[in-house]
Amino acid sequence: MQEEIIKNIILGEEEDYLINVGPQHPSTHGVLRFEVSLQGETIKKVVPHCGYIHRGIEKMCERDTYPQIIHLTDRMDYLSAHMNNEAVCLCVEKAMEVEVPERVTHVRTMLDELTRIASHQLWWCAMGMDMGALTTFFYGLRDREHILDIFEESFGTRLIQSVNTPGGLMQDIHPGFQKRVKEFISYFRKKLPEYDQLLTDNVIFRERSEGIAPLSREDAIQYGVTGPSGRASGFSCDVRKSEPYGIYKKLNFKEILRTEGDTLARYKVRIGEMYESMNILEQLVDNIPEGDYTAKMKAVLRLPVGEFFQRVETSRGELGVYIVSDGNKTPYRVKFRAPNFSNLFVISKLAPGYKIADLIAISGSLDLVIPDIDR
Amino acid sequence: MENNLLKQHLEGLLPEAVFAENKQYTEVLVPSDKLHAFCERLKASPELQFDYLISLTAVDWTDHFMLVCHITSTAFRHVLVVKSRIDDKEKPVADTLSDVWKTAEFHEREVYDLFGIRFRNHPDLRRLFLDDDYGFPLRKDFTDETRMIVK
Repeated sequence: MQEEIIKNIILGEEEDYLINVGPQHPSTHGVLRFEVSLQGETIKKVVPHCGYIHRGIEKMCERDTYPQIIHLTDRMDYLSAHMNNEAVCLCVEKAMEVEVPERVTHVRTMLDELTRIASHQLWWCAMGMDMGALTTFFYGLRDREHILDIFEESFGTRLIQSVNTPGGLMQDIHPGFQKRVKEFISYFRKKLPEYDQLLTDNVIFRERSEGIAPLSREDAIQYGVTGPSGRASGFSCDVRKSEPYGIYKKLNFKEILRTEGDTLARYKVRIGEMYESMNILEQLVDNIPEGDYTAKMKAVLRLPVGEFFQRVETSRGELGVYIVSDGNKTPYRVKFRAPNFSNLFVISKLAPGYKIADLIAISGSLDLVIPDIDR
Repeated sequence: MENNLLKQHLEGLLPEAVFAENKQYTEVLVPSDKLHAFCERLKASPELQFDYLISLTAVDWTDHFMLVCHITSTAFRHVLVVKSRIDDKEKPVADTLSDVWKTAEFHEREVYDLFGIRFRNHPDLRRLFLDDDYGFPLRKDFTDETRMIVK
């Protein structure tokens, strides 16, 4: 059907109409511009333009020491700030061959999953709101507040924690951490089915998402679409499974995979991941090992000469940290393989043939965070 | 796949390939004129099936550029680092890999934007983030006195 529509459009090629969605458009969730060629209401071509908030984080990293770099990575994908921090820490620890206390890997994994739930909650709010269901925004933010309170109690920060440092954590968790996490899980287990009642089974939502913009598994791999968006197409890309870090190897969890690859599948994978993250948290919360919250590290960190690569699963896909060291206290080159960067460009493949209103649903289902693209 | 077995397969594909020391992944240095054909074979080979490009980037080593690709196979999960040296600092050019892995198109646009390395046969080589007259900030000799703090 998509091919047929595209064919029809090309016949009337001279009549297309060009509009810009963004850079200041609420549905782009940041400063991103889509140049959309339309015929009537049907999309013919989408060209994403980025760079409005390019800060040159990779260049700044060449100037900063390793503990300083961590605070820049927060500002890439701010909704998976903890995973970004962890990726750099793991890479530095691997390079320096530091043994991290068990307590640290344990707590880091718990924070990973809490961050993942918080991120998916915010995505769910925004996805509903993009499609005209404002109520979801209040429901989602209400529940996300519980996680942010846990972070605030332990580390004093809410959105970006910056609690990781090479070798461990900056500070220990609050004594009430376990109790708060348990309270949150029992609370959210009751609330999560509400999400399905409110939005997933809504007729209007279904009509606008089911069968819209399907992405095949081959295309997902070709475009490097990872994270929930890739898994919705059946591309098994979970780094927690394929190259386990932290204590994911010992944990028992499922990788949520679907085969349809449409907007609804991308939505359902994320809902499923929230359940799965709660399962992981339940396995972890009762047996946090005692011990130090950081390994003994030197005051000035110097990595051995060489190149190091660390892959981490953030809430949006695969983050790769590539550090080239020449033996100094600052890296020679740092590259971040950002998940959103690859996920963005698939939109020019997905959107043509669908209506302009679908573009908002499609970009919502890809769950883009723009600072991660621009870096 | 075992490291040694992987090396044997790679030597079969390209006898000129030079293996480098890398504790984590197998690393291979390929002459820049052979890079495209080598990558095509990596993807097509039924024993290797490198079908997913994780990242493509470059490093400025002041006297030359080094292209670095991290690729993996979704079937076998082995990771390979493919490197290619570009000696021409004045007009650095490399062959595009965007017809092998589509995602390379955008990684290459980023590399062009930040390093000024041009890619032959690239379908849409425009700057991604910066203005056309900005210069290439990730080159080591780049300076911007008005906007950059140089230590």
